Amino acid sequence: MHLGVSESMRECEYSQISTRNSTPMETPYKKRTPKRRKWESFPGRNKFYCNGRLMMAKQTGVFYLTLVLILVTCGLFFTFDCPFLALELTPVIPVIGGVLFMFVLGTLLRTSFSDPGVLPRATPDEAADLERQIDVANGSTGYRPPPRTKEVVINGQTVKLKYCFTCKIFRPPRASHCSLCDNCVERFDHHCPWVGNCVGRRNYRFFYMFILSLSFLTIFIFSFVITHIILRSHRSGFLKALKDSPASVLEVVVCFFSVWSIVGLSGFHTYLISSNQTTNEDIKGSWSSKRGKDNYNPYSHGNIFTNCCAALCGPLPPSLIDRRGFIQSGKPQLAPPPNGIPMYGATQSQQSHMCDQDQCIQSTKFVLQAAATPLLQPQSSDPVILTASTENGGPLPGRTSLNLGGPCTSLPLGQPTPPTSTPSLSCHEASDMLPIHGHSHAHNHGHTLQEPMAHHHFLTPEEVPSPPGMLPCGSPMGHSHTMQAGFYNPASQDSLHEDSVRGLVKLSSV
Amino acid sequence: MVETHSLQDMRQQAAVAAKVFLQRDYSNGTVCQFQSKFPSELETRIDKQQFEETMQTLNNLYAEAEKLGSQSYIEGCLACLTAYTVFLCMETHYEKVLKKIAKYIQEQNDKIYAPRGLLLTDPIERGLRVIEVTIFEDRSLTR
Repeated sequence: MHLGVSESMRECEYSQISTRNSTPMETPYKKRTPKRRKWESFPGRNKFYCNGRLMMAKQTGVFYLTLVLILVTCGLFFTFDCPFLALELTPVIPVIGGVLFMFVLGTLLRTSFSDPGVLPRATPDEAADLERQIDVANGSTGYRPPPRTKEVVINGQTVKLKYCFTCKIFRPPRASHCSLCDNCVERFDHHCPWVGNCVGRRNYRFFYMFILSLSFLTIFIFSFVITHIILRSHRSGFLKALKDSPASVLEVVVCFFSVWSIVGLSGFHTYLISSNQTTNEDIKGSWSSKRGKDNYNPYSHGNIFTNCCAALCGPLPPSLIDRRGFIQSGKPQLAPPPNGIPMYGATQSQQSHMCDQDQCIQSTKFVLQAAATPLLQPQSSDPVILTASTENGGPLPGRTSLNLGGPCTSLPLGQPTPPTSTPSLSCHEASDMLPIHGHSHAHNHGHTLQEPMAHHHFLTPEEVPSPPGMLPCGSPMGHSHTMQAGFYNPASQDSLHEDSVRGLVKLSSV
Repeated sequence: MVETHSLQDMRQQAAVAAKVFLQRDYSNGTVCQFQSKFPSELETRIDKQQFEETMQTLNNLYAEAEKLGSQSYIEGCLACLTAYTVFLCMETHYEKVLKKIAKYIQEQNDKIYAPRGLLLTDPIERGLRVIEVTIFEDRSLTR
């Protein structure tokens, strides 16, 4: 395994050992393209600010409207009504108003900017494993029945877990896929345009506190503006009072129209919290007794107090999408494609729908290179696994499979997809077919759709010589590992070509 | 560093043979628990009891993270009162337990799984969806 060894030596030289905590073993002068953070290649339709610290939905227009309404109304209140009220009644009024205002603003920003509980998409390996399990369950006839569900019994109730085709996972109970943000969100409540974000497990309590405090603030402003006008009109008549304080009129109007919806919403969510339901479940009537006598909410803790405490004061889970983490540079980075964007390795967050043709070509070249090397090869990238077994062991396996498709990989490796799925193949899936077949049609990106179909029969699941019941990692994974070797030098393209030819021979002999 | 290097050498001989994914177990609701059924692919590598012990410990740790108890309530109320600024200086209970889990997994990998050519991936890196067990080709590793 000379090739493998030299590759690995080169790997040791060039690549950084990507660990999260420990210092990478690297040659300092081999600085690669600047490290990118994971949020920059997040597959969902979200906007990120402050270098990944803040996260919002794509459409934020209504959020700005909310902000403007609150700021303007409160601004007017503090400027025009509070001086009078502070003098006439008590200075405590502006203080309380101020506290409420800060609280409303704080909770609003917290709801809008935090991760609602987005579930990261499956790594290609995971997706492949799931596909395989489903195929096994369906008898591998080659025809994949569309809806995939799994049933699970939770506290005596049968709950159906649906498979998300976008994220390639079976959604946990209570999770739902938000079509606006294109993410699966845990304990999905609803997508709120007013806060410009989804409301899910991680920000539900902030959302609730926002609407609750906003109801108090609205009622507070409304009542004190009315008081102000009444007091003034005692002195100088109603119309003159209105003329003296025109801002109050605006405030009253805004508050009057807001109070119904906001107080109503607060009441509704108070009910939801006390019964531990999500808006989604309530609207669908999932746990309504109208569905059946035995239908009850399996997630409820039994009493209102516990439900409220759990929702508002329970443990706050951390974000599952590592927004500010660095895309591991130990992962095979494609030689900077023409647009200069480096390739990312592993995590599922790097699966991008944006398929840059150049990147696809680049990535498929690596596939070929991987395919060319012998199946069981010493892995140069394995050092990455070892340095921190938790940290890198994670990224690595996922990483390897991802690299096979580059940014386009969103389908599992190791399992040729059935022919019926190929017509719908996008570039993601096309490149996924390549590792199995190892054909060098990578250069004609457009043609890849037809060829995999033709070649599908070449290697059906039964023909792939992998131990039954195991993800046939031997070939694809082996290939992908070698991909991680720093073969990004354009000068090695010729050897790549040569290797790919060898690879064809090898695979065909399988 | 020295240690990792020698592990690297060991690993350089190995290729990934397969991966086993242990999915979540939702029978207790949405709390984070993993299925502790012993996968058949690992039968030749590790004994069932050892594996199930690891899984049980992990499940217990996750249950601890999400436990609704007085500690979590106090933390929640304190956080609310300080407008969540307290988390600028303090870690949430969940995060503390996740660190504990990471340490435990690393320890298990070093002591038990790596010598058998296996590797456990911390589920947090997979969005708490699966525990990924990577099975390496057992060629130059002595058993």
